[in-house]
Amino acid sequence: MSRAITAGLLNVVLGLIFLMVAAALLTWIERRLLGFLQDRPGPNRVGPSGVLQVAADGIKLLFKQDWIPPFADPGIFVLAPAISMVTVMLAIAVIPATPVVGIIGNLNVGLLFFLAMSGLGVYSAVLAGWSSNNKYSLLGGMRAAAQMVSYEVFMGLALVGVVMLAGSFNLTTIVHNQLRLWYVVPQFIGFVIFFIGGVAETHRLPFDLPEGESELGAGFHTEYSGMKFGMFFVAEYIGILLVSAMTTVLFLGGWYGPFLPPFVWFGLKTGFFVCFFILLRAALPRPRYDQFMAFGWKLLLPLTLLNILITGALMLGLPAPT
Amino acid sequence: MLSSVRTLWYTFLHLFQRNVTVSYPEQMPYLAPRTRGRIILTRDPDGEERCVSCYLCAVACPVDCISLQKTEADGRWYPEHFRINFSRCIFCGFCEEACPTYAIQLTPDFEMSEYNRQNLVYEKEDLLIAGTGKYPDYNFYRVAGLAVPGKDKGEAAHERPPIDIRSLMP
Repeated sequence: MSRAITAGLLNVVLGLIFLMVAAALLTWIERRLLGFLQDRPGPNRVGPSGVLQVAADGIKLLFKQDWIPPFADPGIFVLAPAISMVTVMLAIAVIPATPVVGIIGNLNVGLLFFLAMSGLGVYSAVLAGWSSNNKYSLLGGMRAAAQMVSYEVFMGLALVGVVMLAGSFNLTTIVHNQLRLWYVVPQFIGFVIFFIGGVAETHRLPFDLPEGESELGAGFHTEYSGMKFGMFFVAEYIGILLVSAMTTVLFLGGWYGPFLPPFVWFGLKTGFFVCFFILLRAALPRPRYDQFMAFGWKLLLPLTLLNILITGALMLGLPAPT
Repeated sequence: MLSSVRTLWYTFLHLFQRNVTVSYPEQMPYLAPRTRGRIILTRDPDGEERCVSCYLCAVACPVDCISLQKTEADGRWYPEHFRINFSRCIFCGFCEEACPTYAIQLTPDFEMSEYNRQNLVYEKEDLLIAGTGKYPDYNFYRVAGLAVPGKDKGEAAHERPPIDIRSLMP
């Protein structure tokens, strides 16, 4: 019994360390790749081809003054970045990298748990915006609330097709069901909408309306500095990993692939989406807020509902695959 | 929507293009010959100072970083001292435009950082170079009508002898 607990704890701690390192490296990968996409080298001075930039940034963040503005609500102000970290970490815990690698990959409501945690993630932005007691933060927080709640809807609905095909909320079972055909083929609309929703959920560019620098300063984390800002930052990058890994698991057959070991396949597919996130950031401008909401409610919502309808009709009409 | 996808594709293609930026200290960027950098004082082809202390550069300077004092020797004008405070200079090149004798010129050199601000004040001996700079053949006293030792009135290039104003002859 105690050995099982030790093994579980070790798994969690190792997963945590792996995630932190991955998120830190991701900041460097993103800046480097953005550089290449913009015909410039990117950070290449610190360490071999700039990889120690991560350490430099981390040290800088750690040694900054841990400042709480006198007009802020200190309790909630401290709580908000913690929420953003905790929710995104909990959500990533349910992802099965391979049948054996993963923290709680075999959870029977894994998909629902993921949606619940990304729903809770809204609170971090809202509370951060509210407790900062600053008009730009508040505007950013309100935008974050509206954006994340709306896109949560499409993200959830886009996954209904997958759940119908797999007949399970268990992510491991969903991957097992994609042994013959990845769900990206029958559920292409769901795949695209899930990914758009995922970008909006992590409020990454081009959907970074809650923190649009050009209009809101830095949005809900305007007042944050030092490691509290660092937590938002790390949570954002783990969010990228989360959405990429989720897309891989749900639509691209998780760890399945020829020749290479399962974990490598999972990493490659996830890395592809991470790079796509960065490409999106490099290529697309931020939409206006009303355009963004209209795009969600007037285009994506009908499309997802249509997708569910057609999937259901085909499942009823076609003979069940043996 | 389609234009967004096209944008993504074109941006992706930039991954395979050469970098525009140059890793500066290891690799020097190309600087055009007319880059406005460190200011120099040039000499004419005979090796004499071109500057005639007309003060036009000091007048044109928007930040008043040029200071000089006229002196006279053998009918020629020289700057007694010529001082440019590069901690004020904005490298606008107005002095070069104002100069009637091509004496003051801007060069593509920009690496002139100092730890001590006072070291950025360049005196005449720091500014004066041995060569002619961008205009190798120009010699002010050879084309100007002014009489100097070795060249009387009417002897300059493209100049006719002076008219005798007391004569009645055409």
